[in-house]
Amino acid sequence: MDRLLEILSENSTFTTKELALMLGEPEDYITAQIKEYEQTGVIKGYQAIVDYEKVPDAGVTAIIELKVTPKKETGFEEVAKEIMQFEEVTSMYLMAGSFDFSVFVKGKSMQEVASFVARKISCVDGVIATATHFMLKTYKIDGMSLVDDKEPSDGRSMVL
Amino acid sequence: MIDYQNFINDSIKQVKPSGIRKFFDIAVEMDNVISLSIGEPDFQTPWHIREAGIKSLEKGKTWYTPNRGFIELRKQISEYYKRRFNVLYNPDTQILVTVGGSEGIDLALRAVAGQGDEVLIPQPAFVCYEPLTSMTGATPVVIETKAENNFRLTREELENAVTERTKLLVLPYPNNPTGAVMEREDLEAISEVIIKHNLMVLSDEIYAELTYGDKKHVSIAEIPGMKERTIIISGFSKAYAMTGWRLGYLLGPVPIVEQITKLHQYGIMSAPTTAQYAAIEALKNGDEDIDEMRSSYDIRRRLIVGRLNEIGLTCFEPLGAFYTFPCIKSTGLTSDEFAMRLIKEKRIAVVPGTAFGECGEGYIRISYAQSLKNIKIALKRIEEFVEELKNEDKG
Repeated sequence: MDRLLEILSENSTFTTKELALMLGEPEDYITAQIKEYEQTGVIKGYQAIVDYEKVPDAGVTAIIELKVTPKKETGFEEVAKEIMQFEEVTSMYLMAGSFDFSVFVKGKSMQEVASFVARKISCVDGVIATATHFMLKTYKIDGMSLVDDKEPSDGRSMVL
Repeated sequence: MIDYQNFINDSIKQVKPSGIRKFFDIAVEMDNVISLSIGEPDFQTPWHIREAGIKSLEKGKTWYTPNRGFIELRKQISEYYKRRFNVLYNPDTQILVTVGGSEGIDLALRAVAGQGDEVLIPQPAFVCYEPLTSMTGATPVVIETKAENNFRLTREELENAVTERTKLLVLPYPNNPTGAVMEREDLEAISEVIIKHNLMVLSDEIYAELTYGDKKHVSIAEIPGMKERTIIISGFSKAYAMTGWRLGYLLGPVPIVEQITKLHQYGIMSAPTTAQYAAIEALKNGDEDIDEMRSSYDIRRRLIVGRLNEIGLTCFEPLGAFYTFPCIKSTGLTSDEFAMRLIKEKRIAVVPGTAFGECGEGYIRISYAQSLKNIKIALKRIEEFVEELKNEDKG
């Protein structure tokens, strides 16, 4: 993977000046490169990684496994488009294995999520079965550990 | 009551404790400190290497190895040094597997230097050469390398330091703490002096894999006429992030390795067995890991050097190891004051240059074996610190 993307995907808060230093390229080049990534959709956006356990009233997240009947002509696409439009759905993936879609849903409470699954998702044409799993604790998101602020390398000691 | 001082060997009493530790010990006591003071990789040993060690344990391979190390490992070391640095050593007679590079340094010094000899040590340099030399009974003679020469050892500096008693030159490049390297022309220049005065060289090449820019590390053993006068020290700690495994090696002329092997045999017997299995895997399949880590260090190196120069702590471009050695003279503080205030006021731990020799005064060592995220935060705090110092002057 391109080094610039690698760095940004880990931490998007570096300034173009810092990125230019790190990669040994002119700042203009970095700016242009990022712009190109944004325009071609390689970079979709920039978000903060939030530890919701530290946020009061942040609600709950569930992963819903969905089995669906693919449609003639469009296959899974049509069902996917219908489900992803709900704003409760935060992420969605087509899967290989014993079910078809993995859908991440956020809600204020378990009841709210359960009701959303029953009333909205289950009713989508093509959905055969759902299985709802509530997340209890987050350990790691996108390569970032939420368990302990200390990095593993902080255990190093000064020996000489 | 027993007066223990009477029981302790005088030459040991005279050894000074290392000056690096002081700041680390302070850092440990404080919260929210970012340490740029540590001299070991922040990476963990690559998994396939760890796995090889684990597998050997599962199979119950828990015995001593031959004194010199497994022959399979020595063969791999031989191939590796040829492949990466173009010098060939015979696995049967010219290679000794040691407990880290440190054991190799100690043994080589003890085998070569003794009462009445002088050992030349270019500084700033890693802290162990001087005390270990003193303990052999030989006299350490410091050569102060200069920032204007990018901390390289020059022919003139070497020539001026040689006396009739000089026996050995320690050559610590790529250098800790300065990040300096010796290029082929530099090595050729000093080699003439070494040959002319019939000296031996202890070439500490532990950072050989960590060089940046177009040029790879050149071993002085590759210079014509020098292999027969050179003892190379290297190891797995820095290249493969294997510090805790305690494994290194020594390469040299047959009669010298033979003598050194006796010391190793009586003092250590054999290097750790599990580590040797892991090291075989490292040498066989670890080249990519090295490249990956080097490229990550390089990104941090560029960021730190660029930003330090902006902040006003001028910094020559280090081409090796994972340290920068910025000049702090513009702040008006001594190295010690700077490091002490930086940790107390901004919670950033660095090592004063004086820990690496008196000529390190006016400099600090910053290690970039630290995550980019922390480096970014640390640089910001250093910038604030330097700004506040400027305002103090005005006030």
